[in-house]
Amino acid sequence: MNNTLLFDFTVNKATKTVLINREFAAELSLVWDAFTKQEILDQWWAPKPWMSKTKFMNFEVGGRRFYAMVGPEGHERWSVQKYISISPKSNFKMLNAFADKDENPELPGSEWDLNFSEENGKTKVSISIYNESLARLEKMIEMGFKEGFTMTMNSLDDLLKTLSHQ
Amino acid sequence: MRRDIFQAIADPTRRAIITIIALQAMTPNAIADNFKTTRQSVSKHLRILTECELVKQEQQGREIYYSLQIEKMKEIDKWLNQFREIWEARFNQLDNVLLTMKKKKK
Repeated sequence: MNNTLLFDFTVNKATKTVLINREFAAELSLVWDAFTKQEILDQWWAPKPWMSKTKFMNFEVGGRRFYAMVGPEGHERWSVQKYISISPKSNFKMLNAFADKDENPELPGSEWDLNFSEENGKTKVSISIYNESLARLEKMIEMGFKEGFTMTMNSLDDLLKTLSHQ
Repeated sequence: MRRDIFQAIADPTRRAIITIIALQAMTPNAIADNFKTTRQSVSKHLRILTECELVKQEQQGREIYYSLQIEKMKEIDKWLNQFREIWEARFNQLDNVLLTMKKKKK
């Protein structure tokens, strides 16, 4: 389906930075909305069978998004994102930290820098995530994505089958 | 305190030590010969790597040999790969969302 779309994922252990590049077959304004509007974010942010549930999101400088990853058993893992800078349809930066259900962040979190650009009808998103400690990433996986992932691939396969039968 | 394995490999000297002993087990002195830093400093790095279980020590006669725990290194790669897979899954979902958005616009 998206074999021709670029996907790079590199981890620079020395600078403790994760770099992710991905192209999308859509115009920039759609992709920008998908990253910055809560009702769209919640549709894709959590790998199935996890669900993304955003309690509130104020996409403005100094504003925050408070959201949970909800597991198949209803288990909630809260995180808070704070927007540091926003250049519409081009770049935004945020701090991301795990939190308790009362919005108290577990510091230090990670620093995110997201860049958006469009070329030939494709939109490229470049994300860099700086972590004070890469061990923090480990926590994400411990949260249970591991089990969830196989299921994601299966449901994607099903979806692709459905699409090709239409 | 639990040692952070990623902190361990974030240091350039420690990464160099890992590369050196990946080929063969070596004594601390032989390892230190490869560096301009003091032996004490190399010992400190070896201690951290040992605490992270990235290297193991083995007594052979009067000498201690350090060797790499290949399995532990593989664990790091496996683990990073899982993180990559999360992003892949996430973006595949976004592809579908964008497709739906495009259709709605038309």
